[in-house]
Order: sequence, then structure tokens, then C-alpha cells
Amino acid sequence: MKILVIEDEKGMRESMVSSLQQEKYVVEAAADFYSAREKLEVFQYDCILLDIGLPGGNGLVLLEELKKQNNTEGVIIVSAKDSLEDKVKGLNLGADDYLAKPFHLAELNARVKSVLRRKKMDGSNYVTCGNLKIDTERRMVWVNEKELTLNRKEYDVLLYMVINKNRLVNKSALAEHVWGDYIDDANSFDFIYSQIKNLRKKLKDNEAEIEIQAVYGVGYKLMS
Amino acid sequence: MKLLNYTSVYFSIALFVIISIWAAVFYYTMLIEIYDSIDDGLDNQKGLVIQKAATDTSILYKNNFDETDYVIKEIPAGAAVNLRDTYVDTMMFMQNEKSDEPVRLLKTVFLQNGKYYELKVATSMVEEDDLVKQLFISVLWLYFGLVLSIIVFNNFLLKKIWQPFYQLLKHLKKFRLDKPEPVTPIKTKVDEFSILNETVQKFVQRNVDTYTSQQHFIENASHELQTPLAISINKLETLAEDEQIKPDQLELVASALDHLERLTRLSKSLLLLSKIENRQFTEASAVNINELTQKIAADFSDQLLFSDLTLTITEENSCIQKMNIDLATILLMNLVKNAIIHNKPGGFVTITINSDLLMVENSGVEKQLDGDKIFGRFHSEDPSMASTGLGLAIVKAIGDLYHFKTSYRYEQRHIITIHF
Repeated sequence: MKILVIEDEKGMRESMVSSLQQEKYVVEAAADFYSAREKLEVFQYDCILLDIGLPGGNGLVLLEELKKQNNTEGVIIVSAKDSLEDKVKGLNLGADDYLAKPFHLAELNARVKSVLRRKKMDGSNYVTCGNLKIDTERRMVWVNEKELTLNRKEYDVLLYMVINKNRLVNKSALAEHVWGDYIDDANSFDFIYSQIKNLRKKLKDNEAEIEIQAVYGVGYKLMS
Repeated sequence: MKLLNYTSVYFSIALFVIISIWAAVFYYTMLIEIYDSIDDGLDNQKGLVIQKAATDTSILYKNNFDETDYVIKEIPAGAAVNLRDTYVDTMMFMQNEKSDEPVRLLKTVFLQNGKYYELKVATSMVEEDDLVKQLFISVLWLYFGLVLSIIVFNNFLLKKIWQPFYQLLKHLKKFRLDKPEPVTPIKTKVDEFSILNETVQKFVQRNVDTYTSQQHFIENASHELQTPLAISINKLETLAEDEQIKPDQLELVASALDHLERLTRLSKSLLLLSKIENRQFTEASAVNINELTQKIAADFSDQLLFSDLTLTITEENSCIQKMNIDLATILLMNLVKNAIIHNKPGGFVTITINSDLLMVENSGVEKQLDGDKIFGRFHSEDPSMASTGLGLAIVKAIGDLYHFKTSYRYEQRHIITIHF
């Protein structure tokens, strides 16, 4: 899998690249409009992370060029300007997703995986982890081919943890991804803990070979 | 009080005093003039009578007024010595009026053929009370006439001369900082008005500029914060993932992350607030508040269960509002979230929906909160909480945008009402 990160902020680019490399992707980076255009003309990427505000030109122009080549699949717009206008424009130009800064690395990973999954539709929409199998299309989970019934939120938590397996998932990244703004920031830690506890019990009862570890103060880590 | 009435009141009071003094002075001058004239007449009459007496001695014994206006009486010389001409006001029976009427009487003494005679000449006098009455009525007419003409004139003046002033006033009354319309310059020849006009123009422009730059400042600042925040959060996340990190160091990282998250929420909320106030949510559609409330309540179900709260929705009527769907969602979400956060275990949240009203009631601290403050920015009842203190400020801003009335009251439970 080959990913291009187009981002002008050095610190931002480094974090994104290193996080994606951790997932064993081949990652390339471009810091400005022209080097990004050069790379896009020469190489093919499975996923492109595109910042809109770039030195030398607007990221949306790059997107337009990709659209002309009918090659916008796998583009995720990353923008500091959480503006509806940019979002609508970007999605209309064929971008797959829109990620507003600041975001959690776990969220970036989840979005990239989701884009890649959708792109390889001809393959499968199954995600496996140990003896666990998740059908992301039908939102179903099996442990050793035996169906595990989860409610909507439990499913979301599990999928997010599985996608970010062996990575430390920040509790607020998890909260934001699953509950969005529908969470009380004041006691989110206790709340998420209680949700994870229920999920753990179900996994254990069904003999799943995965374990969700609590990393005190920060979040959770799914080990397989 | 209107300018017109104000000046009119002052004028009528001033006129009242002036005219009263004038009337008194006028009355006494008039009276002196009248006496003077009457006394002259009497003096002349006296001369005529004495002259006539010299030729016609028969009148020397006329001791009754009858048809004439004089009487003569002989008096001893001793009594006559000290007598001077005296004028007196007295009463005399008048045939025509059939009553005693005031007369002016001249008493004098004259010598004829070695005998002293006392002569009394009388003439009818102005009736003082009649004069006062007449004068009073005239003055009253004058007074009302003057006041009336002042009001009419003033009205005309204010309408005509003060027109630029009123025009300016009308502009200022309609003026809104968040919706600035240029105050059109007013044509006037009056120096004071053109200065006022100029000053107001400058003042308004400066305010608009400050307001706009402040609005954009918040927006730009929030935008500019996103990237450094993103970098800091991601770097710390990378650090937290490091296998070598010790647990106590991890705790520090976690705490730093928590605060950065809070900063992120804060800047996002501020950005949202300034976007609402800058009217950047222009799209509007008919939003079904009932359906939206049900959906949001469902999304909060985990949180409600966890916090051990009971949520009840009473739909008395269906409520459709023309507004931006995102803002409607944010409005309801913030209200419900607020009711959940400031609650107590085993408590309740009740939402009532009417065709033009949304009411959120919740249990919580058992005391009345300051209704003016809770909708303010950065107000937090409990500063230790991780909330941004902007939730209800956002509710208020959305309410203000659509001219909804947002209010709080306490009746053994906290009640926030939105009147659509």
C-alpha cells in the first residue's frame, strides 16, 4: 500500500508519516504544491492525504487535476479550516473523506484504513484479528465463526480498536470517533471505561483471543 | 418626554411667571393713570362749580346730589381753616344700578362773600373688581394664545429645522453592529448638525471596524490554533506509544494530552460562536424539532444510562422551525448535554415540546442559578469541571440569531426554555 502525505507543516507531516509507517505502509511526503504535483504526475498512490492550504497553491487545485485523470479515489482532505464550504467543495471534487485538524493519529489510521477497504471492494470487506472476524459492510462480528451480538456502540468501539490494534488509542480519540459530541467531557474517562468493561466481558465470554488493555490515563490498547 | 413637550413646558412656565408679573405691573400703572385722569376731571368740575356759585348763589344751598354731581354746605370758619383738597373713594347709591357703586369724591372748601362753603364733587369710578376680572380674562387669553402659538411654532421648527437631527436619530435607532448599514450623510446647513452627523459617522464606522476585526480575530485565531494543536497532540500521541516510556512519564503525557484536548474543544467552540455571530450559517430548512430531539436523545442514551438519569420527552405538539439543521442539532445537543452534566445520580431530564416552545428541565444542585450569567461565555458553576463554559453561550447565540427567546428559571429543578 502506497500513501502520499501532502502537508506543509513539518511537525504535522512527520507525525502523520511515522504513524502511517507504523502500519507498514509505504509512505511518501510532499511539503508544497509543486512537489506534490510532480509526485502525483509520476506515481500512483492508494491513498492521498491532502492539505488544502499549501505554499504555491491550493490543494483543491490538485484535487481538480486528479479528477480530470479520474483518479480521486482514496483522497482524504486534511484541513485546519474546518469550513463547510471547503468540505463540500472537496467532497464534490471526488475526495473520499474530510479530516479536520486537529485529529488523533488513531483517527487518521481509521480513516485511511476505511478508504483503503472501500477501494479494495473487489477483495473483501472483512477485517480479521486473531479469531475475530468483522464484516464492516453488514456490521457483524464472529468469534471462531460464531456470531457475537454487539450493540451499535460496542461494535464501533471494537472495530476502532481492531483497526488500531497494537496501538495506543487515546480515550478522547475513541470517544470522539464513537460518540462524537454526544459525550460529557467531564467524566468521559469513567464513561468509556464502563463501556469498555462491558465489551471486554462479552469478548471474554465468547472466548475471543484479543484483549483490550487499559493504559492508565491515556487510553486503551488492543492486543492480539 | 419629547423634545417638543419639554421645551413647551419650559416656555409655558416661563410665560406664566412673566405674564403674571406683567399683569400686576400693568394693572397698577393703569389704576394710577385712571385716578390721575378722574382727579383732573374732578378738579376741573370744582373750578366750574365755584365759578357758577359766584353768579348763581342759589346753588350755595344745594345740599343734595340729585341730578347733579356736587353738593355745597356752609361751614363755620373754624372748621374750614385746616381743610385741604382731599380725594376719597367712597360708595354712593346709583339710580341706574340700584345699588351703591364706587365713586371718587373731591372734598374742598371755598370762600364766598366772607362765608366758608364745603364743596363735594363726585364722579363715577371704574369698578375695580370688574377691571381686575376683565384684565385677568384678557391676560389669560394672551397666555393661552402665546403658549399655543409657541407649541405650533415649536412643532413646526422642530419638524423643519431639527429634521436632520431626527433623521440621524432614526438611522441610529435602526443601526445594528452585527448588521451594519451605512448611516447615510444628512444634508444640513446647520453647523451643529453637520458636526453631529460627521461625528456619528466616524463613531459608527470605528465601531463597525472594531467589531468586524474582533469577529475575524476570533475566527482567525481559532483557525491558526488548529495546526499547532494538531502537531502537539500528535507528537504526544507518538510519545505515548513509545515502548520505552515509563508509567509515571506516561501519566504526564496523558495529562498534557487532556489539556490540549480541552484547548481544542475551546477553540472549536469559540470558532463556532464566531461563525454563528458572523452569520455564516445561511442555509435554512424546515427542521422538525420533535424528530431531532428524539434522535439526539437516542444518541445520548449511553451517557444517560451511565449517569443514571431518566430522560422523558413530552411532545404536546409538533414543532417545525425554519433554521439551519446543523445549528438546530447543536442547539438541542448543547441543551441536553448541559442537563446531563449538571445533574445528579438518579436524577431526571425532562424535555417538553410545544409548537412554539422547547423546555428542558433537569434535577441538579438545589439552588437557583444566576439566569443572566449562565448564558454568558466562560461561565462555569463548577470551575473544576472540564467543560468549556461555552455550551449555553452557544445556545444563546443560536437563539439570538433566529430571534428565539432563551430563558432560565428555577422551580425545584432547573428549567431552560426556548420560545421560538
